[in-house]
Amino acid sequence: MSPNQVVHSPLDQTPRARRTLRIIGIAAVVSTAFTVWLGLWVTPPDQVQGNLVRLVYIHPGVAWVALYLAFGLAAVSSLLYLWPRTRSLFWDRLAAAAVEVGVVFNACTLISGSIWGKPTWGVWWAWDARLTSTAVLLVLFLGYLALRRVPAEPDVRAKRSAFVALFASVDVPIVHFSVLWWKTLHQGATVLNPNLSPTIHGSMAWTLLLGFVALTLVFVWMLLVRYRIGALEDWLGRGELNVALLERQAEGGHLPVVASELVGAESVVEATPECEPEPVPEGVTR
Amino acid sequence: MWRDTVLVAGKDLRIEARSRVGMSQVAPFGVVALVLFAFALGPDRTTMAKGAPGLFWVAVLFCTVLAVQRSVSVESVDGARDGLRLSGLDPAGLFLGKAAAVAAQLVVLEVVLGVGVVLLFGAKVTVPWLIVVSSVLGTIGLAATGTLYGALSAGLRVRETLLPFLFLPIAAPVLLAGTRVWQAALVGGTPSDGSQWLRLLLVFDAIYVALGVVVYGPIQESA
Repeated sequence: MSPNQVVHSPLDQTPRARRTLRIIGIAAVVSTAFTVWLGLWVTPPDQVQGNLVRLVYIHPGVAWVALYLAFGLAAVSSLLYLWPRTRSLFWDRLAAAAVEVGVVFNACTLISGSIWGKPTWGVWWAWDARLTSTAVLLVLFLGYLALRRVPAEPDVRAKRSAFVALFASVDVPIVHFSVLWWKTLHQGATVLNPNLSPTIHGSMAWTLLLGFVALTLVFVWMLLVRYRIGALEDWLGRGELNVALLERQAEGGHLPVVASELVGAESVVEATPECEPEPVPEGVTR
Repeated sequence: MWRDTVLVAGKDLRIEARSRVGMSQVAPFGVVALVLFAFALGPDRTTMAKGAPGLFWVAVLFCTVLAVQRSVSVESVDGARDGLRLSGLDPAGLFLGKAAAVAAQLVVLEVVLGVGVVLLFGAKVTVPWLIVVSSVLGTIGLAATGTLYGALSAGLRVRETLLPFLFLPIAAPVLLAGTRVWQAALVGGTPSDGSQWLRLLLVFDAIYVALGVVVYGPIQESA
């Protein structure tokens, strides 16, 4: 495909887009592998926490992606969708992709925190402020995803979802303060503490930093892929399945061969071999 | 806007007064919930008195879901929602009216439940004004958020299941704050602990009432 060619559908990725996505994906895999290697083999065990400290290379990064990057992006995109001047389904799909990936990272935050909490605090779950608000956040955005699954026109769904994202985002600081006053046990921020001097050093600090970078890259890659899937879903929903099948086949995908013969066909499905009646073996009655 | 508020609230309350769904179903449900909580906690009076504030607010929260469902469902038949939109009423007034009607029903319900926790759970109130103020503030917050989510979920076939899922986590701060103020206002609590929670309730109310006034119109268009 030449770069000047008009893009008909979300299936037509420009070569640049495809290359960018691939580079981000490879960078994410490589940096994650490095984090694992540094975290598990190179860095020493901690004086106090022993090998448990290795979870710290992942946990804050995962939390950063979920709580700040993903949900922050979702809130901003939802607002931009609601603002009449910037209203575009682009922002809606971006918000949806961010929430979906964010929910996965949020669940990973809770799981990794729980694994760390059991040996450290002696319990799988503590009703501490940050844990509790993270859990509430997870439930809030699961609600967002549930609402998105309700079948509706893309515009209606986008508006509704954007409102729910807005209400949820507004609730986040209130939930945070309420559970903060309620009870608190979590250790203070390690890197972003008020005097901005990291309380860990050397290879450990670098591994922690690399963990942030790796997980951010993973997030960006997943976000872009999810965005594309969202765009494709909407596009297919508009009844353009046939064109999609034809174009996908042109890319070399595994699709019914018959589709290529149907340029501008009304229905690919009718012509595919799977839909023809199966031959009945002799002696078998239907 | 205020005239529309009164009109809409009056309409909803008249429907409730005539159908008596709130009084004959929602309030008894709240009492049933209290009795079930008592069974769950066991017959020990001290445990029950300790748990009373939280149980009261959980019961109120559940009843809010029912009241909001009801508030939405009265608009869902005979094209009432379209009728309201065609009527030219100010959307902000519509929101405030619907929320006020829900709030009024909740207040009645809270009186019933409040008497219930005092009688059944043996809760003893030392600072009545804290109880009253926190209940009013909590009710406003619940009614505002409930009405917003009710409007969002109106017209959805899965409304009954989706509404509690969306609304209850949002209302979590009201539950926390309301419970804490009540604990402060009962025997054994420190009344001075209540003030910061009252501030939190006030902020919650201000934010969601303001949001509702601004976005209720656009929400109706999307439903």
